[in-house]
Amino acid sequence: MATDSVAIAFRNVDKSYDCGRTLAVRVVSLEIAAGEFLAMVGTSGSGKTTLLKMINRLVDPSAGTVEVEGQDVQTLDPFQLRRRIGYVFQGIGLFPHLTVAENIAVTPRLVGWSADKIETRMSELLDLVQLPHDVRQRMPSTLSGGQRQRVGVARALAARPNIVLMDEPFGALDPITRDALAREYRAAHQSLGLTTVMITHDMLEAILLADRIAVMNAGEIVAVGTPHDLLTDPKNEYVRELIDVPRRQASEVERLAGARL
Amino acid sequence: MDAQIASAWAVLPDYLGQHVLLSVAALAIGLAVGLSLAIVSVWSPRLRWLLLTGAGLIQTIPGLALLALFYPLLLALSIVTGRLFGVTFSALGFLPSLLALALYSILPILRNTVTGILGVDEAVKEAARGVGMTPRQRLFKVELPLAMPVIMAGIRTAAVWVIGTATLSTPIGQASLGNYIFTGLQTQNWVFVAFGCVAAVVLALVVDQCLALIERGFAGRNAWLKVSGALGLATVLVASLVAGPAESGSRYVIGGKPFVEQYILAALIDKRLEAEGMKATSRVGLGSTVILDALAANEIDAYVDYTGTIWTNFMHRSERASHKKVLTEVGRWLQQTRSVTLLGPLGFDNAYALVMRRDQAERLNIHTIADLIPYAANFSIAGDYEFFARPEWKALKKAYGIDFRQTREMQSTFMYKAVADGAVDVIAGYTSDGQIAQYDLVVLGDPKQSLPPYDAILLLSPKRAHDQKFRHALEPLIGRVPTQAMRNANLSASRSNHQLTPEQAAAQLWRDIGGR
Repeated sequence: MATDSVAIAFRNVDKSYDCGRTLAVRVVSLEIAAGEFLAMVGTSGSGKTTLLKMINRLVDPSAGTVEVEGQDVQTLDPFQLRRRIGYVFQGIGLFPHLTVAENIAVTPRLVGWSADKIETRMSELLDLVQLPHDVRQRMPSTLSGGQRQRVGVARALAARPNIVLMDEPFGALDPITRDALAREYRAAHQSLGLTTVMITHDMLEAILLADRIAVMNAGEIVAVGTPHDLLTDPKNEYVRELIDVPRRQASEVERLAGARL
Repeated sequence: MDAQIASAWAVLPDYLGQHVLLSVAALAIGLAVGLSLAIVSVWSPRLRWLLLTGAGLIQTIPGLALLALFYPLLLALSIVTGRLFGVTFSALGFLPSLLALALYSILPILRNTVTGILGVDEAVKEAARGVGMTPRQRLFKVELPLAMPVIMAGIRTAAVWVIGTATLSTPIGQASLGNYIFTGLQTQNWVFVAFGCVAAVVLALVVDQCLALIERGFAGRNAWLKVSGALGLATVLVASLVAGPAESGSRYVIGGKPFVEQYILAALIDKRLEAEGMKATSRVGLGSTVILDALAANEIDAYVDYTGTIWTNFMHRSERASHKKVLTEVGRWLQQTRSVTLLGPLGFDNAYALVMRRDQAERLNIHTIADLIPYAANFSIAGDYEFFARPEWKALKKAYGIDFRQTREMQSTFMYKAVADGAVDVIAGYTSDGQIAQYDLVVLGDPKQSLPPYDAILLLSPKRAHDQKFRHALEPLIGRVPTQAMRNANLSASRSNHQLTPEQAAAQLWRDIGGR
């Protein structure tokens, strides 16, 4: 796959509820390259989840077009489209009545893989997300939060998608688990050649993981750029505020560590 | 007591088998309809409101009323299909009971399924959409399995309701465990009443516990629990159906209204037919307006009615007439309008009559209804559930210009004791009732003949009118049962000490009147 080809494109996308009076997303245009890791940052209600859900047609735009691998998603069957895009949910969203193995096998079964093929894939996936193989028959409720989200990642990757969407995937985890999982995922992103769009509240997480960051505010993309771009040249006051928080925290930590010495 | 328990045991396989068959069939329909409606109503909030309101409304109709409503409904439908397609069906017994109970079982299943599906965690539903499930896949792979514990709870409620309410199908001619209760209540056979209650409760508990096992199996993903629950249910079903008698098509069906005398007469007719080598079953406890229609529709083959009932209720006549004139005209009317054959009078009459305590009657010097007039304003009168709505009561009040302080309706078996205890002053009793002698009561004369004669008459269905073997077997009963013999039989089947079952009383009656 050529790295300069476009995996996902938003072209003048609007999304309005109650007949155009409230715009959740307004005139967004953005291209995400294949193999890119894009983080979407913004406060709650800034429209980032709406934008993410337009990619796999959980939400349809009111105007404009969304393209996935060169095709207008409105021309695609939504169920087929969703099955070829991995999705890691906010709050994990495992099926509580299915075992770990059944959860991971959901999409492969929907697209009609054979039992053998699923079995082989299962072992690969458990290794990839670093889960012991004996969790297969366990119910999600018996797992720790970190283990559950590993299952969530394995489920998203199960049917070998090119694109993975993540909606605050690590938000509910403790900082250490969160950091470990995030770095593991970034490694998988790299090795599998995925295109990832990840929503996060946490600017620092975005800076450390993403190739590019899109900052959203009130339904609009107010800045897009590499972490370096945003850190060195925040285009506006809102971006500066967002960037300042991790920067101030980092220098504070630095100062305290220096003072002890 | 032992004889009563023994005779209760003897009919258990039949009653239990029919009860289980009816309940299972009704639940199966309720389940199919309830689940489908639930799935439809999950997709449309407006339809959901409509269906839940409708099902809730049906639930507020008392069970007995709902069962009773289906009889005329089906009868009318049967007439319509008969005219249009030449197909008629039985409006009595199994079908109306089945439909009413199925309707009754829909609400808990519908409500719990809707609640269960709507109650599935929004995040899980979103995940099901996100991985690419179609609406149908979401329903069957995610929503229904997650709602299953709530749905099973609804099915349990429905099962317990249906098994309980099925006892009320007796008056519309479907045998069930309710036969114990209705017969027991009429004959004051408390062993029967208790037996019926306990049997229904045990059945409901066993079924409920089996369903509870399945419910726990779903909740805990335990296949063993599901299988053992299902096996338990299958055992109940198979055991009750195998134990129940194989119905042979060529049986004669003898009807009876819901009181002791009718139970005895139905048993007496059964005995006569069996003595002649014919098979018979009885369907007793039928409501008195339903039973003539049932006979005319060939749903039962014979039963005993009373001339006065036909004369006033069906022919709407109120003028005074002799026994003979009423008998002739009733016979002609039955033949002409219903194609029903009046085989003949049995010999006794069971008329309405005003009855009071002997000591009070003697003290006040009351011998006839006319003597009662000066006291009536201070007297209370009790009658059965029909009497005060019947034309006889209007005719009596008009003929004597008499008005009582208070009228009370009560179960007919209790009113004799009520007048004996002084709870009421006068009752509208039945002349052939054994309790008149038991409580030493007196029957007041009716000099103005305001109450019509109620001669017991044996009626045959149109289908059996020319069945010579059947007629021949029943003819020995015609004119052979005097009032006193009937009163004795009624007393022996309703007294509190040494009570006989209706079958035993019928055997005794047959011996009394010289049968062999």
